[in-house]
Amino acid sequence: MSTVFLALQTNEDTRPIIEAILQDNPSAVVDEQPAMVKINADGRLVVRRETIEEITGRAYDLQELQVNMITMSGNLDQTDDEITLFWKS
Amino acid sequence: MAVAAISKYDFAPADTQDKFHGAQLLYIGWEDHLLFCAPFCFPFPPTMRFGDVVAGPMKAAFGYHPDFAQIDWTKVEWLKSGKPFAPDFDKSLADNGLRHKDVIRFRTPGLTGIKGSCN
Amino acid sequence: MDMQVAKKKLGLKERYSVMTRGLDWTPSYQKMEDIYPYIAYEGIKIHDWDKWEDPFRLTMDAYWKYQAEKERKLYAIIDAFNQNNGHLNVTDARYINTVKLFISGISPLEYVAHRGFAHAGRAFPGPGPRVACLMQSLDEIRHAQTQVHAISNYNKYYNGMHDFHHMHDRVWFLSVPKSFFDDAITAGPFEFMVSIGFSFEYVLTNLLFVPFVSGAAYNGDMGTMTFGFSAQSDEARHMTLGLEVIKFILEQDPANVPIVQRWIDKWTWRGYRVLTLVAMMMDYMLPKRTMSWKEAWEVYFEENGGALFKDLARYGIKMPKCAEQIALEKDHLSHQAWSTFYNYAAAANFHTWMPDEDEMAWLSAKYPNSFDKHYRPRYEFWREQAAKGNRFYNKTLPMLCQTCQIPMLFTEPGDPTKICYREVDYKGDKYHFCSDHCKEIFEHEPEKYVQAWLPVHQIYQGNCFPEGTDPTVEGFDALGAVLKYYNLEHGRDNLDFDISEDKKNFAEWRGQATKNI
Repeated sequence: MSTVFLALQTNEDTRPIIEAILQDNPSAVVDEQPAMVKINADGRLVVRRETIEEITGRAYDLQELQVNMITMSGNLDQTDDEITLFWKS
Repeated sequence: MAVAAISKYDFAPADTQDKFHGAQLLYIGWEDHLLFCAPFCFPFPPTMRFGDVVAGPMKAAFGYHPDFAQIDWTKVEWLKSGKPFAPDFDKSLADNGLRHKDVIRFRTPGLTGIKGSCN
Repeated sequence: MDMQVAKKKLGLKERYSVMTRGLDWTPSYQKMEDIYPYIAYEGIKIHDWDKWEDPFRLTMDAYWKYQAEKERKLYAIIDAFNQNNGHLNVTDARYINTVKLFISGISPLEYVAHRGFAHAGRAFPGPGPRVACLMQSLDEIRHAQTQVHAISNYNKYYNGMHDFHHMHDRVWFLSVPKSFFDDAITAGPFEFMVSIGFSFEYVLTNLLFVPFVSGAAYNGDMGTMTFGFSAQSDEARHMTLGLEVIKFILEQDPANVPIVQRWIDKWTWRGYRVLTLVAMMMDYMLPKRTMSWKEAWEVYFEENGGALFKDLARYGIKMPKCAEQIALEKDHLSHQAWSTFYNYAAAANFHTWMPDEDEMAWLSAKYPNSFDKHYRPRYEFWREQAAKGNRFYNKTLPMLCQTCQIPMLFTEPGDPTKICYREVDYKGDKYHFCSDHCKEIFEHEPEKYVQAWLPVHQIYQGNCFPEGTDPTVEGFDALGAVLKYYNLEHGRDNLDFDISEDKKNFAEWRGQATKNI
């Protein structure tokens, strides 16, 4: 499987999101770069709203992620509950 | 193939010879001397003597290189559009068969740039 | 008593449907082909526009909300940067030349992208892509504006940025990015989407923005880092749009596949050639390096692009064939580009210099197969000559490639000692190219590229002097007249960094900032 990734700005907004991603994606690997955190995963990466809400203790709208994204790789699908990045082959 | 277009697509080329005030373009590159990042583009009258091109504009353009003063012009190998070419220094560019936007290169046997590095 | 019951909010998918397809209507008194006249002539067949769906399912109401938040964050930081004399915190004044390259080479493209997406959005009958194009069009003008705002602070103190849009339309090397985008916006709406939306945004944008932005972060430039990140948050959406465009077109009709493949081949190459500027920025212009051009290419194109094209194989799309040549060039590209700007330092709006010993060692380590053999001898010679007061300024104009408009600086694939020459005869004239790929692009649409505004030829035609100039007077100073036409001041905006006002001023101002004088 090819690698998918999501890169986020390094800041207070994204800290719990990265924590949530690592909790939900055991294969995810963090690559910290200047002012940027890149999360690589094998073939598939999921960002779950509920996990972020559990960590932050507040309601979270996944579209808030728009503000802090830098780049990504893979096909994307977003619903109210999840953002999924994936390759089909 | 042709451009996909919504109607007739017919526009004049930008660089035909009539636009250069009597000059024609000649491109000249020196093989194995990449200190000059790219071949040069010169506008010359077609009547200009080939030898005058070498002694004047080419010396001005390439003369910075220490190899230039060492060139034995009788041994230089010329290419025009990649094929061997034997210019007559006493004849004009036109009489040497050089047309607008022709490209010539010259190789200087034994001279291959700074410490032989093709620079 | 009435109970206050919270209204049930629409789910993301429903909201997307209501705010895109729900806003569309079928025309009753005008024909579809009259309303959308540009949709058929490129040969792309679309059967069902409703199959289009933005994977983020972003709607305009949410778009405004998040964009406003991005702007607030950005301007708070730009204000702080300016109030704190942020320009004096960069690693050294050489860095500022990357900002000059950005404002004159890249920011004007953002504006053209704004126009391009507005036009493409208007051309598409489907409400989904129309809304996505509207958002991207707004994003692009935001990028142009925020970049101008952020960089205007540097313009107060440093040279070469004072008339970037004027320069973008005139200066020789800026015709490379300019003609790239002009080529894209003068194509049809589908080709535009594949060229900019897919090939540039999805395949290549990481190589443009991530190095610039992390380069800024590494070199203490908070202003550029911030607008870069703010723009990049939109880029993530653009990439998704770009990929969606491709998948949508390919799924609509098998006849679309060869057309799209040709566009991908063309635009990957065109985009890569523009990135030559980024390659040299990464390896030479950042005083503190992030990664080498070669490393960035390997991560963002070979790995990431490899995964992408593997995924697209199910539609019959193949990796563009230019990838093979690019792999051969990655050891050479940045060095050949920097040498070119070192050659023509008298005619650019930024300064160049020779790398110091430590930087040469870094280049040797990053490019073990090429640097010491091919480029170090050249640089050492130039450095010796400069020390003797004989700094090389190439004053003869170079031969350009008809397609990419870059001087013919590229070497034969596999032989870095020979310039690559290609030519075509077309309707009685010769046309020259830097590569097989630029030649093929020309051969496919010669009618388009014969019109190219090649800066060197334009100078010789007499079109690049200020009005009223008489080039026939004795002792005519052509370079001086061209610089006036560019609105560049000789001796101030151009030439070597070592003798620049920027260098002198930066040292003086930084001294004032840290000492009581």
